[in-house]
Amino acid sequence: MAEITLEGVTKRFPDGSLAVKDVDLDIADGEFVILVGPSGCGKSTTLNMIAGLEDITEGTLRIGDQVVNQLAPKERDVAMVFQSYALYPHMSVRENMGFPLRLAKVDKATINSKVEEAARILDLTEHLDRKPANLSGGQRQRVAMGRAIVRDPKAFLMDEPLSNLDAKLRVQMRTQISRLQRRLGTTTVYVTHDQTEAMTLGDRVVVMRQGVVQQIGTPAQLYDLPRNLFVAGFIGSPAMNFLNATLEGGVLRSPLGDLPLEDRTRQALERQNAPREVIVGLRPEAFEDAALSARPSQGGPVFTANVDVLESLGSDAYVYFTAEGGSATTAELEELAADSGLRDTGSEVQQIVARLDAATRAREGAPVELLVDMAKAHVFDPATGANLTHPERQS
Amino acid sequence: MSMQAEPAGAPPPPEAKQAGQDRAALSAGARQERRLGWLLCSPAVIVMLAVTAYPIGYAVYLSLQRYDLRFPAQAKFVGLSNYGAVLSSTFWWQAFWVTLFITGVSVAIELVLGMGLALVMHRTIFGRGSVRTAVLIPYGIVTVVAAFSWQYAWTPQLGYLAELLPSGSAPLTHQWSALWLIVLAEVWKTTPFMALLLLAGLALVPEETLKAAMVDGATARQRFFKVVLPLMKPAILVALLFRTLDAFRIFDNIYILTSGAHETGSVSILGYDNLFTALNLGIGSTISVLIFIAVGIIAFAFVKLFGAAAPGAEVKR
Amino acid sequence: MAAVGKTHATRWGVVNVVVVLYALFPVWWIAALSFKEPSTLTDGNYIPREWTWENYRGIFKTSEFTRALINSIGIALISTVIAVVLGTMAAYAVARLRFPGKRVLIGMSLLIAMFPPISLVSPLFNIERIVGIFDTWVGLIIPYMTFSLPLAIYTLSAFFREIPWDLEKAAKVDGATPAQAFRLVIAPLAAPGVFTTAILVFIFCWNDFLFAISLTSTRAARTVPAAIAFFTGSSQFQQPTGSIAAAAVVITVPIIIFVLFFQRRIVAGLTSGAVKG
Repeated sequence: MAEITLEGVTKRFPDGSLAVKDVDLDIADGEFVILVGPSGCGKSTTLNMIAGLEDITEGTLRIGDQVVNQLAPKERDVAMVFQSYALYPHMSVRENMGFPLRLAKVDKATINSKVEEAARILDLTEHLDRKPANLSGGQRQRVAMGRAIVRDPKAFLMDEPLSNLDAKLRVQMRTQISRLQRRLGTTTVYVTHDQTEAMTLGDRVVVMRQGVVQQIGTPAQLYDLPRNLFVAGFIGSPAMNFLNATLEGGVLRSPLGDLPLEDRTRQALERQNAPREVIVGLRPEAFEDAALSARPSQGGPVFTANVDVLESLGSDAYVYFTAEGGSATTAELEELAADSGLRDTGSEVQQIVARLDAATRAREGAPVELLVDMAKAHVFDPATGANLTHPERQS
Repeated sequence: MSMQAEPAGAPPPPEAKQAGQDRAALSAGARQERRLGWLLCSPAVIVMLAVTAYPIGYAVYLSLQRYDLRFPAQAKFVGLSNYGAVLSSTFWWQAFWVTLFITGVSVAIELVLGMGLALVMHRTIFGRGSVRTAVLIPYGIVTVVAAFSWQYAWTPQLGYLAELLPSGSAPLTHQWSALWLIVLAEVWKTTPFMALLLLAGLALVPEETLKAAMVDGATARQRFFKVVLPLMKPAILVALLFRTLDAFRIFDNIYILTSGAHETGSVSILGYDNLFTALNLGIGSTISVLIFIAVGIIAFAFVKLFGAAAPGAEVKR
Repeated sequence: MAAVGKTHATRWGVVNVVVVLYALFPVWWIAALSFKEPSTLTDGNYIPREWTWENYRGIFKTSEFTRALINSIGIALISTVIAVVLGTMAAYAVARLRFPGKRVLIGMSLLIAMFPPISLVSPLFNIERIVGIFDTWVGLIIPYMTFSLPLAIYTLSAFFREIPWDLEKAAKVDGATPAQAFRLVIAPLAAPGVFTTAILVFIFCWNDFLFAISLTSTRAARTVPAAIAFFTGSSQFQQPTGSIAAAAVVITVPIIIFVLFFQRRIVAGLTSGAVKG
């Protein structure tokens, strides 16, 4: 077990394209860190560099106290779980799991006891003598995990280990991985493109985009205090709503109507010389059914929305409506839309979603009065994507 | 492969960028990889060139000589006159049309039969293994052996098939009947290969597409002609190309069945006879070169006509 | 419903039987001939009235056949080994490395595989006589490279492309040296493909007739298919039919056994590469 440190780690491919740029990251001993981002953001390349499967162009990588830039994978003592599991098809489960130990010239008896111990933990005991081809997807995934844990390595590296499983199994395995990691206390770096996985699994999450780290923080920090438009849009499901707005004397003129800023926010924006044209970000839970609100008068601005679609989940109700005034577009938002496939739905108008209490009276096709909690509003600079309301900028 | 579909417009993943490196300056690693690739291929390339390019070049040289093996000392450069002699000879054109006939007819029959066989192997559930095995046997058998079997079968007073014909008939001694028997032997031997290629193509037709066509109201016939065949087109073209070029070279079956007598000789038989019976190396080489050119034209026509579907084009990466 | 299913099954059954008969009949015929007494050879029966090993004893008595059998096995084996070794190197490069000229290589091997052998016969006939390898094993192994090497490259590169090369990475992270990764992970996965290719190449060499009759003149290097064509009866007045049939069966049986045992692999090998999406 060990801490992993990346200092200015950069990966440039032979054709000159930059896959990973100047990543600084301190991973504490026993920590569970997630690298997340859309495809092509450099997260897998970063993981491969830690594993030693790809060369580091610039920067320093330490595992424990040792600089490992020049070490071959076998000398780094890390275990990796691949998306395809990469099980050896010609070996039984037992041989697959024992393979790293066999290479390390551990004696047979020890290999056997370690493999059986791992099999017991992963509930694979009865499958030990089968070949991978005869296992289900979930079992194969567990064998891949088993092969990683038998070695008791300094760190686990996992490259989208759950994305080949179906949705239900994925949720189950997620909790199992989380429990296993806590029990073993092994430093883990985990790559995924699924923000839900990132939020539920990680002690800390690293959001990457186009090879650059956007923000590092706990899931709560990323959710509540995104540093920029990209993180704000990437984290959270349903995603944050973005609206074009104009800043005029402490009031945001938005397609939803005039939204008065809180004093703290207004001062922060003034101090930073915020541009006139901004983007407002409101998470679905920033809205409230005015009819159900305990304090309708002082809660914040109220507006009327015409409900297009109502999704009742029992615990909550999601209300979808459109706002006139065009949707906010920036490079970041375009990329996010492309990544989630939203762009293909062909809608031109701004679709807004609000999460309301299940008791709401809202009905499809009927208007509903909604209250906006301005304390939860974020204001972004469309040019830089920076969150102007982030506390680091306010102080 | 378990690549996720890349959403349109997203920046290409690093792997894709890596592939484009040929144009840019090469890193040391890439150059090393290049060198290793060439190094590993070079023995095979050298051998292939040595055993084909060199002899064919030598054949061209010989074809420009008057070269009778009985009088090697009198060998002499005669320019293109051998070509003139061959191309104005009725023997060449006779053999050429016979070869085209055998090629065209046998490949056409093989395609139809092979498709039927492929459908049988694809659809049948019961006894599938035995059918597949049986079908491989003609492929595995030495052509000469099969040819002898057919020859004996059609020889009067020896063969079971000759017995079925009116007595006194000897089908292998008449041009047309003999040609059809040659086609039969050829079809028997190579239909399995055709069927296997087509079967592999059939397996590429997604089951769901067929179900969709069924729901859309297509009859079995329509499903075959409108859905299965178009989707199989690449496999069919590859199979046709392989078999056409192979059939054009036909030699073994004719040699055993008729020895090319009764005007049943193919161009390969003609070349062989000129070399080993007439001992005329110059004319024999001329025929060799002409056959090479003919095969080249057929291959070129296929590639031109079907472009991207031609074999070799699918070797991506 | 059950009745419909039954007639369906019967219909397929009939079709299958027809297919099997079609494939086997000529084989059965020549096998039956080989077991017939010379006197009943011409009776046209599908089943010999009296079974005899006479024809087999006859061909194994003469060196004409045994020597040819040795030639056939030796030449085909050596050609196969050379083609598979060179082919493996080239196919590994094609499937695994990035270098320009890869497509040219595949295209070239396909072209050469389509080469009309008669075009090589006349030049090779002269070259081999001049160099002094006419009527030797080497003299046949060389032309066999023209079809065996392209076949090996083409089939092997299709097989190698199917190997999950990710496993090499996994092995490295698991602590394997490059040599160990090759020996313990890649080689076992590549072996079936190499083996199948070897069978296919062997069958092709075994089957050759044109080169074998053109580039040999004595027993020194004549292979069985060529030797059969030159069989004469044991006496001037006897037809060689029985001997030919027996020799034909002897060289057919091993191939049929190969085919039966490795059916699935052979099918995969024959069709690999030919139909890739």
